[in-house]
Amino acid sequence: MSDSGVRTEQAVTTERPQTAGEGDAVPLIEVVDLVKHFPVRGGVLNRVVGNVHAVNGVSFGVGSGEILGVVGESGCGKSTLGKTIIRLIEPTSGRVIYEGDEITGLGHAAMMPYRRRMQIIFQDPYSSLNPRLTVAAHIKEAVRLHGVLDGDESSTLDDYVVELIRRVGLRPEARNRFPHEFSGGQRQRIGIARALAVKPTFIVADEPVSALDVSVQAQVLNLMRDLKDEFGLTLLFISHDLKVIEHFCDRVLVMYLGHVVEELDTDDLDGQAQHPYTRALLGANPVDDPDDRRPLTVLEGDVPSPYDPPPGCPFASRCPKVMDRCREEMPALERKGDGHPVACWAVE
Amino acid sequence: MTQHEHHAQPQPQAQTQAQPQGDREPVLGVRNLTTSFRTDDGMVTAVDDVSFDLFAGETLGIVGESGCGKTVTSKSIMRLLPEHITRYGEDSRVMLGGEDILHADAKAMRAVRGDKIAMIFQEPMTSLNPVFTVGWQLDEALREHTGLNKRERRDRAVEMLRLVEIPNAEKRLKEYPHQLSGGMRQRVMIAMALCCEPDVLIADEPTTALDVTIQAQILALVNKLREETGTAVMLITHDLGVVATTCDRVMVMYAGRVIESGPVRELFHRARHPYTRALLESIPKRGKRRIDGRLPTIAGIVPALTDLPVGCRFEARCPYSDGLRCVQEEPELEGTQRPVRCHFPLGSTRERPAMLTSSATGGGKAGR
Repeated sequence: MSDSGVRTEQAVTTERPQTAGEGDAVPLIEVVDLVKHFPVRGGVLNRVVGNVHAVNGVSFGVGSGEILGVVGESGCGKSTLGKTIIRLIEPTSGRVIYEGDEITGLGHAAMMPYRRRMQIIFQDPYSSLNPRLTVAAHIKEAVRLHGVLDGDESSTLDDYVVELIRRVGLRPEARNRFPHEFSGGQRQRIGIARALAVKPTFIVADEPVSALDVSVQAQVLNLMRDLKDEFGLTLLFISHDLKVIEHFCDRVLVMYLGHVVEELDTDDLDGQAQHPYTRALLGANPVDDPDDRRPLTVLEGDVPSPYDPPPGCPFASRCPKVMDRCREEMPALERKGDGHPVACWAVE
Repeated sequence: MTQHEHHAQPQPQAQTQAQPQGDREPVLGVRNLTTSFRTDDGMVTAVDDVSFDLFAGETLGIVGESGCGKTVTSKSIMRLLPEHITRYGEDSRVMLGGEDILHADAKAMRAVRGDKIAMIFQEPMTSLNPVFTVGWQLDEALREHTGLNKRERRDRAVEMLRLVEIPNAEKRLKEYPHQLSGGMRQRVMIAMALCCEPDVLIADEPTTALDVTIQAQILALVNKLREETGTAVMLITHDLGVVATTCDRVMVMYAGRVIESGPVRELFHRARHPYTRALLESIPKRGKRRIDGRLPTIAGIVPALTDLPVGCRFEARCPYSDGLRCVQEEPELEGTQRPVRCHFPLGSTRERPAMLTSSATGGGKAGR
C-alpha cells in the first residue's frame, strides 16, 4: 500500500484509489454524490411529512482489488450506503458507476449482469438464509439464476457446490443440511459461499463478523482474506469496529450522520486521523493492554436526529473543536495540504 | 514478580489489583457453583464447579465465548433461571453477607435482589418495563427496599438520574423508555440498579449493543460509581478490550469451567492456559497490524455441553495437547495466586519443550 505522504495527486472531491502501488486509471466502482432519503409519513392523510437523511451526498471510488472499509456508529448510514451501491435500495439521487458503466437507473433485465458481479454478505446470515432450503439449494438457486456454469448438467453443478462448500471451510456433507443446524460462524461461511457462487468481482460485506465470538471472528476474517486473494475480489467492508477495520481494510471512510467526514489509509490511523470524530472514535476504543489505561475519550452532547439534520456540520453538537462556522455551513470533504480528504473547518 | 510489578506501576488500581488479602471479607463468595438444566437430551451442566470471591470496590471480569457459562453463572447468583428446570449442585453455595442465597426462598430472594445485589443487562429493555414511566420504575425499587417517603423517593430518583448524567432529570422521570435513546436507556437501567446502593453489581455484557462512544461513557460511569459507592462489580463480557481497560481481576471460562484466573495485567501478559493465550491473540490489535494480514485462530469449535470429553475440555483444539493425559484426565484448577486448569500450563516447568515450536506462540507473549 502506498504511503499517504507520497501522494501528489491533485485535490479532487472523489478520491482516486491507489491500491498496492498501482495507479488504477478507472476505479472498479465509483460513487458520485449518492443520496438516500427515506420518506417519513404521518398525519391523518399519511402524507410525506419529512425525510430521514440516511446518506447525504457521498462520493468515493473503490479500486480493483481494494478493501475499502466504512466505519461509523449505528444510524450513520453505512449499511444504507452499502445496499444503495448494489441497488438493494434505490438511491434518491446520485450515480453508481461500475467499470465505467452507470448502473443507477438500469431496468431489471439490464441490471442482472451487474447483480451477478456485485454480491452482499449480511451481518446475520440466519435472517438472510431461507430456513426451508438446504445449503446446496441456496447455492444452486443463485448459480442457476445467473447462469454461472456453462454446461448446466446437474453433476457439474453438484461438484461445483461441493467444491465451494469445501472452500469456505465446511464439510461436503453440510450441503444437505438446513441453516438452523449450523453455528453462527458456520452460517456466515454459508453466506459467503452463496455470495461467491455467482463468481462476483465486488462484495459488500455488511458487518460480517460483528455477531461472532472473537475466535470465530478471526477464522471468518482469515477466510475472507484468503478468498479475496484467490478470487481477486474487491470489497466494501462495513463495520462499527475500528480494530477489525484497521486489521482488514486498506482504506476507510468514516461516516457520521450520512456524511463521509474523513477518508484515509488504515496504515497509521492514530498518526493520520484528523477529523475530531475519527479521533474520538479512536480514543473511545478500549486498548487491549491493561498497562495502557488512559481514560477513554468521552464525547459530550447528543447525536442530532437524521430526521431533521442541522444545517452545518452534523458533528458540531458533540465536537470539542466546534466553531461558529461549523453550525452554519457544512464543510466539504477535501484534501488538506498533501494529506487525505477530511470534512472539517478546524483542520488546516 | 507481583511485588516488582507493583513498585513499577504505582497506579490507583494497584491496590485492588493485588491478590485479595486473606483477612478481607468478600462481599460475594461463590462456592462450587454447579448449574444444570433439564432438557430433552437429559441433564445438561452449563456451569461446572465454579468458585470465586468478589471484594468491595473491585471489578472482576468474567470472560469467555458464547456458551461458556458466564451468563448462567450470573443468573444463578441472581436466581433468575427458570426454577422448574434448573438444578444446583448439592454443595453449591452463593454467600452474600453471611447468608447462602442460592437456597433462599423466593421471598427472601426478592428482598436481596435490587437491594444487596443488582444486575444490568445487554439489552436495557429486558429490565425496563415499556408501559411505566422511568420515574415510576425507579420509585418502585426504592419503595420496595427503602423506608423513604414519596417526596424523598422522588428526590432520590432525580439524584440517581443526575448521577448517571442524564440531562433534564425531572423531565425524564415522566418519560417512557421508548422515548429514550439506547445509551440513555442503559443509563436509566444503571440508575435503577444502583439506586439502593447494592453491595454487588452484576453487569452482563452491558455495552455490547452500544456504539464505542456510548460504551466509553457507560464504562466511565460504572467506574465512577464503583469508586464512589464501593460497589463490587462483576463484569461479564467477551470484549477483551473492555476487560483490559476496566477490570482488576479476570476469570476465564470455557465450556462451563473456570480455566484460569488472576489479576488483569498478569493474565494479559502471562496467560497460563493455552485457551486464554489463543483468545488474546485472536483479537485484532489497534495500531499493530500483522504483515500477512492474518489473525491467529483457534482451530475447531467449543464441545457441545451434551457431549463433553472425558479429559480436558479444550484438548481437541489445543496445540499443546500431549494426546494422552490431556485426553484421559481432566485437569484440576490448581494454584492460589494464578489458578489454571491445565496439565501443562504455559510458562511453567511442566511445559514440554516441543510446545514452544507450536504456532500459537507466535504472538510474542511467550517470552515475557
